[in-house]
Amino acid sequence: MSASAPPTRPRPGLRARLALRSLALVYLGMLLLLPLGMVFYRTFESGLGAVWDAMSDPAFTHAFKLTVIVVAIAVPVNTIFGIVCALALVRRGSTRGNGLLNAAIGLPLALSPVIVGLALVLVYGKDGWLGGWLLDHGVRIVFALPGMVLATIVVSLPFVMREVVPVLREIGTDQEQAASTLGASGWQTFRRITLPAIRWGVAYGVVLTTARALGEYGAVAVVSGKIAGRTETLTLHVEERFVSFEPVAAYTAALVLAVLAVLTLLAMNVFKPRTRKEAADGDRSAPGDEAVR
Amino acid sequence: MSAPPPAEGALGLAVPARRARRRRAGWLGLGVSTSYLTVIVLLPVAAVVWKSTGGGGGEFWAAVSNPQAVATLKLTLIASVVVVLINAVFGTLLAWVLVRDRFRGKSVVNALIDLPFALPTIVAGLTLLAIYGPRSPLGANVAYTRIAIGLALLFVTMPFVVRAVQPVLHELDRDMEEAAATLGAGPLTTFRRIVLPTLAPAILSGAALAFGKAVGEFGSVVLITGNIPFQTEVASVHIFGLIETDEPTRAAAMSVVLLAVSLAALLAIDLLERRGRRHER
Repeated sequence: MSASAPPTRPRPGLRARLALRSLALVYLGMLLLLPLGMVFYRTFESGLGAVWDAMSDPAFTHAFKLTVIVVAIAVPVNTIFGIVCALALVRRGSTRGNGLLNAAIGLPLALSPVIVGLALVLVYGKDGWLGGWLLDHGVRIVFALPGMVLATIVVSLPFVMREVVPVLREIGTDQEQAASTLGASGWQTFRRITLPAIRWGVAYGVVLTTARALGEYGAVAVVSGKIAGRTETLTLHVEERFVSFEPVAAYTAALVLAVLAVLTLLAMNVFKPRTRKEAADGDRSAPGDEAVR
Repeated sequence: MSAPPPAEGALGLAVPARRARRRRAGWLGLGVSTSYLTVIVLLPVAAVVWKSTGGGGGEFWAAVSNPQAVATLKLTLIASVVVVLINAVFGTLLAWVLVRDRFRGKSVVNALIDLPFALPTIVAGLTLLAIYGPRSPLGANVAYTRIAIGLALLFVTMPFVVRAVQPVLHELDRDMEEAAATLGAGPLTTFRRIVLPTLAPAILSGAALAFGKAVGEFGSVVLITGNIPFQTEVASVHIFGLIETDEPTRAAAMSVVLLAVSLAALLAIDLLERRGRRHER
């Protein structure tokens, strides 16, 4: 069917290969590229002025700022937690309790974002298990920034951990043990030996976390209450503008998000673990791809 | 954590103590991680399950068995199954082309596969609406129909099968295929009898992930489907509506059903995979 066809009948193999290639590329074009290109067209079809107006609208700038704030809190929190969690999973000398931890950290990805939002409201909302008590003490979570950050953290929870665990397993403990034998403290060993060794895994995990955090819609829509100009992130702004018949504003915000997504995509390809990239480029065999879910 | 004098370590006396201390740090990390996850994940999920039983069994049943709820669940399941089947075929095809074929720009195409992971779901919905909506330049307006649901789900689940099959296909030894071809098997027979059985577990696990995503998808369907009850309203949109109209008990009941569906799918695939692995040995 491909290059492996014997040389006696190269033509049908070649024709089949070309047919398969075209089918695959047309499918991708119809599903991914054409729609994306169309957003560019729709954004700019009414001229640059309209786009500029949409981008200088206070609601847009507020939504943009809010998205940046949410991402700026959620990503570092998930990074630190992901590293701690990975170390706890791999470097404890025991696997007891790992199953529970793994299941708990992966659970949010098996849930609909709407259910994640509902779950958080049921605990931290005003009638929730903890929400009433928190409100009495002046802490408002649902329909406010803390809830949106929390929802974002939950939906992008496992990415750093999942990238760091295989790297930690691969590098082993020899160097860490040597450092500790030479008198390095736990923190020194981590900072000087472990962290430099896992940095690319962490970087890839951070990129995946950022992509998810930037784009989260469902969970944030539930916990934020979608209050325009107050609890509206960029993704919520896209929807709000679209349903209030302001397509240019919606497409502009969508385009900003799409550009950010393409930048993330580029970063993904820079930081993607080498083994996996080689598998994709066809250079060398590689282990299974489990990370991007 | 202050370090003991290095001389001790050099003599090897303090190593077991250090190892014990590191393990203690590991257990502490496990404790902290688990507590943190309890507060932000386990407790909230428990709250959903608890809330769903809040009105007793009768109310739970009423919430999930009323005609509208049944319609959304049925639509969600059928749409997800159809989308996953299409994904299995085209995902395998894309993986095949990316691994076995050679052409210019292949690495760009390969990078593009991750786009649905990077693109916010609401933007995905809007992009599809831009080209397959009321003002479609192709004259293909499917907005507010069931085809739109399929399109949106297809978009967001596209990478799963490709990324699951790619590494396996890459590791696949071509000797068997060449042997089959030499023995007179046509390309189709070779694919069906040699390649497909090897790829099947990877296709299945990619399909399972895609199914899990499709069943709960919200952002990409919300704009393009119009959310018409009994016609284009999927389960997650139904749940969102119940939350907005302040009916958390019914929302929780639907959530539990949806959660059970995706967990059952993951479990079934896990069993299938295990059985497949046992057969191999």
